[in-house]
Amino acid sequence: MSTTPPSTARPRRGAPEPAVLVLEDGTILRGEAYGARGARLGEVVFTTGMTGYQETLTDPSFAGQIVVQTAPHIGNTGQNAQDMESRKVWVRGYAVREASRIASNWRSEGSLEDLLVANEVVGIAGIDTRMLTRIVRESGAMRGGIFSGEALEGADEAALVSRVAEAPAMSGASFVDEVTIPQPVVIEPDGEAIGTVAAVDLGIKGATPRAMAARGLRVHLLPATASLEELLATQPDAVFFSNGPGDPATADDQVALLRGVLDAGIPFFGICFGNQLLGRALGFGTYKLKYGHRGINQPVLDVATGKVEITAQNHGFAVDIPVEGQHDAPFGDGRYGKVEVSHIALNDGVVEGIRCLDLPAYSVQYHPEAASGPHDASYLFDRLVDLVRAHQASTAGKDS
Amino acid sequence: MPRRDDISSVLVIGSGPIVIGQAAEFDYSGTQACRVLREEGLRVILVNSNPATIMTDPDIADATYVEPIDPDVIRTIIAKERPDAILPTLGGQTALNAAIALEERGILAEFGVEMIGASIDAIQKAEDRQLFKGVVERVGGESARSHICHTMEDCLAAAEDLGYPMVVRPSFTMGGLGSGLAYDEADLRRIAGDGLHYSPTTEVLLEESILGWKEFELELMRDRADNCVVICSIENVDPVGVHTGDSVTVAPALTLTDVEMQRLRDLGIGIIREVGVDTGGCNVQFAIHPDTGRIVVIEMNPRVSRSSALASKATGFPIAKIAARLAIGYTLDEIRNDITGTTPASFEPALDYIVVKIPRFAFEKFPAADATLTTTMKSVGEAMAMGRSFTEALGKAQRSLDVTSAVVDYSGEAPDAAEVDRLLEASRIPTDSRLVAISRILRAAAEGVLDPDQTIERLYEATAIDRWFLDQMLLIAEVAADVRAAEHLDADLLRRAKRHGISDEQIGQLRGFSGDVAKGVREALGINPVYKTVDTCAAEFASSTPYHYSTYDQESEVESREKPAIMILGSGPNRIGQGIEFDYSCVHAAIALGRDADQTGGGFETIMVNCNPETVSTDYDIADRLYFEPLTFEDVVEIYEAEKAAGPVAGVIVQLGGQTPLSLARSLQEAGLPIIGTSPAAIDAAEDRGAFGAVLQRASLPAPPYGTAWGLEDARKVAAEVGYPVLVRPSYVLGGRGMEIVYDEEGLADYVSRNLPESGRAEAPILIDSFLDTATEIDVDALFDGEELYLAGVMEHIEEAGIHSGDSACTLPPVTLGEAVIERIRTSTRAIAEGVGVRGLLNVQYALSAGVLYVLEANPRASRTVPFVAKATGVAIAQAAALLMAGSSIAQLREMGILPGSGDGGALPEDTPIAVKEAVLPFKRFRTADGHAVDSLLGPEMRSTGEVMGLDTTFPLAFAKSQLAISGQGLPESGAVFVSVADRDKRGIVLPAARLAALGFEVLATAGTAAVLRRSGVPCQVIAKASEGGPDGSVLELIESGRIALVLNTPSGTHARADGYRIRAAATSMDIPIITTLQEFQAAVQGIEALPEGHFEVRSLQEHHAFLDGARASEVRA
Repeated sequence: MSTTPPSTARPRRGAPEPAVLVLEDGTILRGEAYGARGARLGEVVFTTGMTGYQETLTDPSFAGQIVVQTAPHIGNTGQNAQDMESRKVWVRGYAVREASRIASNWRSEGSLEDLLVANEVVGIAGIDTRMLTRIVRESGAMRGGIFSGEALEGADEAALVSRVAEAPAMSGASFVDEVTIPQPVVIEPDGEAIGTVAAVDLGIKGATPRAMAARGLRVHLLPATASLEELLATQPDAVFFSNGPGDPATADDQVALLRGVLDAGIPFFGICFGNQLLGRALGFGTYKLKYGHRGINQPVLDVATGKVEITAQNHGFAVDIPVEGQHDAPFGDGRYGKVEVSHIALNDGVVEGIRCLDLPAYSVQYHPEAASGPHDASYLFDRLVDLVRAHQASTAGKDS
Repeated sequence: MPRRDDISSVLVIGSGPIVIGQAAEFDYSGTQACRVLREEGLRVILVNSNPATIMTDPDIADATYVEPIDPDVIRTIIAKERPDAILPTLGGQTALNAAIALEERGILAEFGVEMIGASIDAIQKAEDRQLFKGVVERVGGESARSHICHTMEDCLAAAEDLGYPMVVRPSFTMGGLGSGLAYDEADLRRIAGDGLHYSPTTEVLLEESILGWKEFELELMRDRADNCVVICSIENVDPVGVHTGDSVTVAPALTLTDVEMQRLRDLGIGIIREVGVDTGGCNVQFAIHPDTGRIVVIEMNPRVSRSSALASKATGFPIAKIAARLAIGYTLDEIRNDITGTTPASFEPALDYIVVKIPRFAFEKFPAADATLTTTMKSVGEAMAMGRSFTEALGKAQRSLDVTSAVVDYSGEAPDAAEVDRLLEASRIPTDSRLVAISRILRAAAEGVLDPDQTIERLYEATAIDRWFLDQMLLIAEVAADVRAAEHLDADLLRRAKRHGISDEQIGQLRGFSGDVAKGVREALGINPVYKTVDTCAAEFASSTPYHYSTYDQESEVESREKPAIMILGSGPNRIGQGIEFDYSCVHAAIALGRDADQTGGGFETIMVNCNPETVSTDYDIADRLYFEPLTFEDVVEIYEAEKAAGPVAGVIVQLGGQTPLSLARSLQEAGLPIIGTSPAAIDAAEDRGAFGAVLQRASLPAPPYGTAWGLEDARKVAAEVGYPVLVRPSYVLGGRGMEIVYDEEGLADYVSRNLPESGRAEAPILIDSFLDTATEIDVDALFDGEELYLAGVMEHIEEAGIHSGDSACTLPPVTLGEAVIERIRTSTRAIAEGVGVRGLLNVQYALSAGVLYVLEANPRASRTVPFVAKATGVAIAQAAALLMAGSSIAQLREMGILPGSGDGGALPEDTPIAVKEAVLPFKRFRTADGHAVDSLLGPEMRSTGEVMGLDTTFPLAFAKSQLAISGQGLPESGAVFVSVADRDKRGIVLPAARLAALGFEVLATAGTAAVLRRSGVPCQVIAKASEGGPDGSVLELIESGRIALVLNTPSGTHARADGYRIRAAATSMDIPIITTLQEFQAAVQGIEALPEGHFEVRSLQEHHAFLDGARASEVRA
């Protein structure tokens, strides 16, 4: 057995530095400072995944949020460049029960705490994360703040609570400009290209273009501000809208862009935020869930096959569409034809996917790209390839 | 897909007696399955030879056959019951093997019985190494490089390719039996030789060593719509090389990133599909190279297993229950998650706590056995604990084991460099003491004697235990060091210590005061644990099931209640002497006390406390509330306080879980807990020789002369007064621990020198009893309410006094005892019950010698024989006991129908069938350090792991059934019998040997025994002793060549003579029936004579009990 030393040294022993987590309802949990010191305000949400903390932290959908990990031990395997799902950590504040003192994994390149400090994430450890989760479950996602270091010294509790209560709410919040890439990027396929996808980055995770590239698709990753012209200039065989943070009700520009794509008859696939935007483009509403779905154990029923897939989820909003039957898409005098719910969350019946019956467009609320999470839903990328091929066949016919 | 409507009855096969590798977990899974199938309206027929189980309770199945799990017997059951289907995936390897035999013999086809839950094809794909390797390859995984061998020549050729060390694994054996690691050719010859023998297909697999790799396991389920879920990931703290059953394990896995975890998940799901487990559960084991991440699939079990029981308790997801529903056609999404009550079972549990399991061993019972942990499972039980951190769960698991040396002792000095070096060297070899040794080394690092980082590296190099676990153990050591060094023990530091699992007792050691003082300080500072809930979903959804564990955190989830509650303390990890029988009694108490008062119950809220994941009692369905907690003073008191704050607590029961809760009785009472049933003072009176002697004297009951001694000198004096031979043992023991028969003063001196601490003065007195040679031993279970005695059962031992009652076969009703003796037993038992002050159960052991009924000992608690008595007599005596403790009287219980309206278990109807209880011994599991089998001699120290029951019209038939049930091969019908007896048995050997010769057996004997037989005209052949050798070969060669069908070898003198040992060891290795007492041999000959021409008749427990009820009713009328 080789004896590679651990990648990070154990911290010195001593009295832990204090930190507090404050909720807008006045709840205060006292723990130890973890990651960067300072003050961070955001919507407090919990995620139940037992693996994949690094993917969670670097998932842009968590922008603006304080994430509570229900799994008690965090940081055990350190961090590495491969498991970054985007260029940085987006989580604003981080609450854990037990922060690992060392990183132990052959792929580890450093400690998680170093990553948190480098990304200025203020964290707290040693608190009753289960109690916090139960509060969020019962009262709904709410605003909170983590305070440590100078931000905590001499601070009066009431003042902290009112700072939290004055913070902006998630409803009506937009983070698209913050998370999207500034310039288009092309991700080349593994092997020979079989088609092109224009992917609009609303907070995309690295695993999504990887899944497409693995299937021979060239991905043009476009900023969220891309116009229809810019999008069509990539000559896409399909268009993709990614996941991302914030309230879908604020994304009017992207809804308009998506309608242009549907009108052009280009196949469309959306994930998470992209699903909500397809819903809105078709004329349905979206609404905020009480405390959302965040975890990698979420059962989803594929209505067409009756099969269950275990999925990764991270959403606080959902599309408002009746689960049963086929419905006329309300927008534009029925020009988008009929729509049905394709996937349903088995835990609570929330809509997890929609499919247009008269257009080559479908989307899911959950994360078939996984990372972190199970690979059960990867077939949805195969379906994208099928649509690309069908589109190529039909346009080839027109051209000739 | 709804339930199939083409199945209306199903035969469930149980796992038989408790053996190492196949224990109480199958009672848990089998019970769950039977209950679910009945709820679904199916007629459930069960076969299981183990009477100690809840599963074989008559109200768990519609027809319960406590019969041998043997293809011929099962055929008879199938012919009688004509089930539509057979479910073999819930009874371990025993059930799978039985199902394969039924299929291969065409029995399933003959009666049109469908196998559900698994197919023969799937079982074979999973279990046949070569086929499984193909499976792994097809799903894109890797197996260790290997060769399949059928002969020793194959093995040696394979070794050329693989190099040493290599792993040897026999095909189709359970619990890894016969597998091991070969470091050189001699090892290979020995291990592979045994493996070829044990494998039913004479097949072993040799493979590249993955020793020291990280080891993981996934528990998966699949339904008939091909939905697959992973219920739990388990990580072994001990790396590859130690059987997973012997490893310290943790759930969920803690040292993998999501990328690796999903790779395991993909492989696991690929494998369950490719193997073709259509419905139900399986586990898949993986090894991961710690430096490269290379993944190797080790194996899969296409059935419910020990790990699935652990995973069920760890997650709250009841795998066996769900598997039973899937087997009859449901899909996962159609089944509700009982814990949340709202979400479906088609999900993967999320844990917000850490589970640690630690195995419990019994090496002290087998001093000759090599205690190195290998790929052959050797543990006899396990404890599980939960906490909100690994450190907390580890500390709780260690104290749950109920083994003093398993808990880190912080008293004294930190180890010096020399001790560290010694401990480090020792920790290279995995043993059950390794974890504590590592903690001791880390203490030196925490107290500044060693550099922490270097120490972790040295430990990693020595053990290959992941650095993360080592660092967590260092963290505990550091917190302990802080507690020791702190000027004042303030609230923050104390809370920190409690959060890392350090007990009050340990804090006392660190601060130089007692655990009680530590508890007082803790309480004064307002530091108490809170109770969290196991809810399958990390609090994402509300849970309706009060399945709790303690932790030092902020919020408690214990709900308040109105009804008075009774707390039942379970028995902790299974061990030899304290096993599933005690769990049976605890479960019955929960059932009876929890039943509504108008339905013959106690009408209480029931609270179960236990830490054994294998058991039925720790199923969240059994009691109203379940606390999965260590059974220590500290932990039990805290639960009591939390429950008292939630509502009234009417009582705490310590009498049913064996010695573990009983030993807490006095301190719990002093702490103010309302102990119900027999009082702690009365319990002490029964244990204390002086007080108990006075009870006997007052009742004029004779006891063998005895005395107590504290050192060698007074021991000599007492033994001389009492007269040799004497039975010596430490007081306060269960299972005859440390008990020996000593024939002379030399033997006594030897015993005392081995059992006294260096101080020369024992901590508890040594008991010295006169040993009644050739007495008939009688075991009695009774109930007493202060007024009336109910004699529940009288069992006559087949072996004479001197063999521990747990290892002795016995019959109920007694075969040779007359009515007058029974009446004396009844009045004596009553006098003892009254004298001691029993309320509830009482077990008394008597010896009948030359017409005198001596009292050997009395135990005012549930005994090992309670379930056997209940099944043999058709009376739920453990339920009755619980109700008595809660205040009912025997008269009331008779009226309620819990006890028979009149009469008792000592007066059974004349033609009552005979029930024989026979012990199952684990000798073939153990090897000495040089690789030989350990001695299989019986003695006053209990060594059996489990038991079977044989029920038939006569004693010989019932005995023959019991022999078939313990080994699967039963008594021989023909062949050669080898007899070699001690001088004292030479008179008794003649008749049975003559009978065997008359039945056509070839009788072989050593010279001395042969001379006796020849003089009596019994034809026999003289065989050279093991040490002699001769023209026809020695007895060892004959045994090893498989020429002998049965061996009788009774030991002579104080110590087993070398020759006898070698004979017994050879027979154990070859799995030849070996009998070591004359009485059992006589019974065996009776059984052989009675063996039926065709097949055994079978009778269900329900039929048996209906017969008894009918006979009792007609007696009342008469």
